[in-house]
Parts: sequence; structure tokens; C-alpha cells
Amino acid sequence: MNFKLIVFILTIYIFKISSSFSLIEVDITRGNLDPLPIAISPLHVDLKSENINDIKVKKLGENISSVIEKNFKSTGLFNPLKKEAFVQKPDIAHLKPRFEDWRLIKAQGLVTGKLLIKDSKLKVEFRLWDLTASKEMLALAFTTTPNNWRRVAHIISDKIYERLTGENGYFDTRIIYVSETGPKDQRVKRLAIMDQDGANTKYLTLGNELVLTPRFNPTNQMVTYLSYFRNLPRVYLLDIETGTQEVVGNFPGMTFAPRFSPDGKKIIMSFAKDGNSDIFTMDLETRIVERITEHSSIDTSPSFSPDGKYICFNSDRSGLQQIYVMRSDGSNVKRITFGDGIYGTPVWSPRGDLIAFTKVRKGRFYIGVMRADGTGERLLTENFYQEAPSWSPNGRVLVFYRETKSGEGGKGFSAKLWSIDITGYNERKISTETDASDPSWSSLLSN
Amino acid sequence: MNFNKNLKNILLIIFATIFLNACSTAKKGSLDGDVYTGTDTVEYLASGVPDRVFFATNKSSLTTAARETLRKQAKYLRKNKKLNVTIEGHADERGTREYNLALGERRANAAKDYLMTYGISGKRISVISYGKERPVNTASTPLAWSQNRRSVTVKVK
Repeated sequence: MNFKLIVFILTIYIFKISSSFSLIEVDITRGNLDPLPIAISPLHVDLKSENINDIKVKKLGENISSVIEKNFKSTGLFNPLKKEAFVQKPDIAHLKPRFEDWRLIKAQGLVTGKLLIKDSKLKVEFRLWDLTASKEMLALAFTTTPNNWRRVAHIISDKIYERLTGENGYFDTRIIYVSETGPKDQRVKRLAIMDQDGANTKYLTLGNELVLTPRFNPTNQMVTYLSYFRNLPRVYLLDIETGTQEVVGNFPGMTFAPRFSPDGKKIIMSFAKDGNSDIFTMDLETRIVERITEHSSIDTSPSFSPDGKYICFNSDRSGLQQIYVMRSDGSNVKRITFGDGIYGTPVWSPRGDLIAFTKVRKGRFYIGVMRADGTGERLLTENFYQEAPSWSPNGRVLVFYRETKSGEGGKGFSAKLWSIDITGYNERKISTETDASDPSWSSLLSN
Repeated sequence: MNFNKNLKNILLIIFATIFLNACSTAKKGSLDGDVYTGTDTVEYLASGVPDRVFFATNKSSLTTAARETLRKQAKYLRKNKKLNVTIEGHADERGTREYNLALGERRANAAKDYLMTYGISGKRISVISYGKERPVNTASTPLAWSQNRRSVTVKVK
């Protein structure tokens, strides 16, 4: 369970960034039906590299480029071209591509690079070329340990995405989720963490007790979640690096639905007493507990706005589940959902502009987004059962989970993670080793 | 005035008839509305003392049948003074996870409160909500969901 986020030594040499006007750009504000054709050349492996005869070293350039390619394909905004059509060797193209030849295969962007392993360090450099304008758009180099090669691939992907879309990337990120195995009435649930693309899965709990709803803190080193340890459902805090776990606060009843405040200093959650759930915060340093709501209805699923000034939450004070917004001290409670159906799991976008939610109407479950005042509701995807959206750090993509049924009476079922752009396009299943639910997306690790 | 009163009564009777008809048409098999009334999943604390009560969708109010079951449980608990129980609250799979945890808690407490009004000390009763995590019937049918919307009284060993 030793994955240190910080071991990674990252040095960036910005040796040349072309500031010239470029013609290729990608609009990500709408569904992209015409993805940008991009050629991602395998990185050239320097023959002076240590252990160059090791197949893993030999293949490293190809492997890094395929991770980048997979990332780009997953956005739906780019169309990575087939490598068989490539017209220049990686090392030669990296020096300066013959732009007119690459244009022949209809590529508009080209990524080239090379790597060297020396003194047990991996040095990777790459360039992004605008083939339409015949110009270099971006050139960067990174140094790290060789076993961090996947992260280098994700960081390169983020840099290219940022250069081409003008938005922050989200590839150098992780997803924490609940791994599910076994029959539905005796489901074994474990906390699991993986890279955003499904690689490097690690299990953080053994499955001896039921665990639900893990969420990252802003620095991605801590996770808060619900555990039924000793049959006492309580909110816990887990340090991912050390594996230490502690119960949050000393509540004489069930605590659940935890999330961190945007500064990471507090946990906000529901506490159920005598059948009534209200929202509380606990300061992790001072241990001071504050009551935020006091109402005889169910108040749960709280989520802070990114500036920490507001909280959206779920309440049935009107009779059925609806979404409300209040100031972070609990004042000024306003209902924001009035549509047909019931609403749950509100979660504030990291950009602050939108709230994602689950809606249930006529026996169907929808994932949607609306503005923070409840206007502009857009339903992105509909299914028999799905819920619990979590935002990509750039606020462009939602990950959620969906259960699908099969067989007589739907007794055969599976739970999987899915993602969808907030445009409503590009719905994708995320591959996981086991069934999966309750995903939570980290922020960018390299920031 | 009198005429008005008569009219009111007649209207009441008409409404009651409509209401009862609606109820009886909804009473299909072992469902009353969407509350389970059968015994397929029921276990017994002792002979004649069912261990569980059932709820309507999104509701935690006790039905007449539920109150009858809980009175039997209270009688049993009054006789067995050393016995402590845990009431487990459950929800069906047709809701969001976190809300269902709260709903299960509210259901378990509704049962607990009723036992307490029949003289059982709150100290003898603990509650736990499992939300939708522990279905008794894993199918995805209205019948299965009605069997899963329940609170179950379990003896503490």
C-alpha cells in the first residue's frame, strides 16, 4: 500500500514554447462530432539508455505513446491516427517533421518525443507540432524514475490537452471507488484506487466490513468514507500513504455522506439521531463539531461550492428528495429543484458554475447538471439505475456508476463506472478489475 | 344547514367508497398499495412473533399491519426482560445510496419508537441502517422491492 504521490521528482524544462498564432484548436464546449486528427508518434528510445536490451526499455517509447493515444481517444475530441500510416521515423520527426508529408495522412497535430534512461533516471522530452501552420506549439522535458513512465505519459497528455483546448487537463489523476464482488445480498465491498485510465489498481481495505462513498481531500492524500467497522456505521478518514484509519468525531449514532471542504480542513457529513439526519461539519485539526442544518426531515449528501461559501445538499423537507443550497453556516436555505421527479446526490463543479445530480423520474435514473441556482437543467444520460456523479478536476467530465440487470427478475446484475462529458456526448465505460461503484475523481496530482 | 350536513355525509361516503375501491384494486397478491403483506421473507422471534415490518416507497410510517406486528414484539420483549434487540432499517434499490441510508435509519427508529410506546426501554433497542446494502430479495421487481423496504428486529446474542 505504498504509493507515494510525492516520490515523483518532476523537473520541467520549458525550453521553447512557440507563441506564434496557431490554426489548430479544439472547442470542448460542445459535443465534438469532428474530432481533431492527431498523429502520436512512438517516442524514440535513445540507444545510449541503460539496459537498452531489456524489452521493457526498448518498448518504453511505444508504451508511453499508447497511453497518450488512449487518453486522447477517451476525450472524444481527438482522433489519434493509425501508426502504420506514419510517414517518418520517430527520431527524425522529433527533430523537425516534414509537415507536408504528415498533412498527406490528414493529420493536423503531431506529437513526437524521445527518451533516455541514464543514472536510473528517465528523461523524456516531447514536442507538439501544428501541421496546418507548420509550427512547433509546445516543447517540454521531464525527468523522473523509470517506473513512473505512465505518469509521464499522463502529464504529457495534460500538457497537450491544455495547449490545444485552453482548459486544464485531467489525465494525471486517480479515481477512488468501491470495488464490489460476490452475490448482491452478500456483496463484498472494498476501497480501491486506480489511475484515471484504469491502470495501477490497488485495494485499500480487505473487505471484512462494508465500505461506501469514498471521497478524496483536495491534495489527494486522504480519503473520507463510510465504514461499517464493528457494525457501527461511521465516517472514517484514511491516509492513503500510511494506511492509517481513524473514525471522524465521536458521534453517538450513524455518520455518513462525508466530503471534504475545499480547503481540506473540515469534513462535512450527515449525522443520524433518533431517525433524523442533519448536516454537521467537523474541523479535523480542532475537532470542533458544528451543526449546519436543524430540521425534522432527512438532510444529507452535502457538497461545498469550490469557494467554500455555499453548500448544496439533499433534503426531503418538502416531502420528497430535492436539492437545496444554503450558505456554509446553514443560513439562507433555498430549494433549487422544482422539476418533475426526485433529485439526489448534488455535487458542486470544481469550476463553481454547475451542480451535478441524480434524478429519478418514472422509474428511470438520470445524471444531469444544472446551474447553481437550479436553472438550466440538462439531463445527460438515462438508465434503469445509475447515480453518484463525481467531477473531473477541470469540470468537463463526470464519472458515475451504473447497475445493469440481466436474467429473470434482474437477479443477475453488474455495477460499472462510466463517464460522460457535460455536453452529453462521449459516454464511456471505464474498465475496472471488479464491479465498481461510488467513484470519486481526484484533483490533478502534478499540481 | 341540515341539508348541507347530509350532503357532506353523502359526499364523505362516496369518497370513502372510491378510496376503498382504489385500495382493493391495488391489493394484488401480497401487496397492499406497494407495501408487502405476505410472509415469504418473514422470520419469527418466537412462535407468532414476526421479526419484520414493511414500508411504502420513500415512507417510514407504520401501517396497521406493522403496528400489530410491533405490538406482538413488544409483548414478547416484555416477557423476556433480559433480551436486547437491534432493529435493522432497510430500503429498496430504487433510491440514491446516501438518502437510503437516512431512510433506513428513519424506518428502524419508527419501529423502535413504537416498541417504546409499548413499554420497552430504549436502552434495550439499538438501531442500524443498511440502506439498500442488504436486500433480502435480489430481484429487480416491485415485489422484491416491497420485501426489501423493511425493518427487522434481531435478537442481540
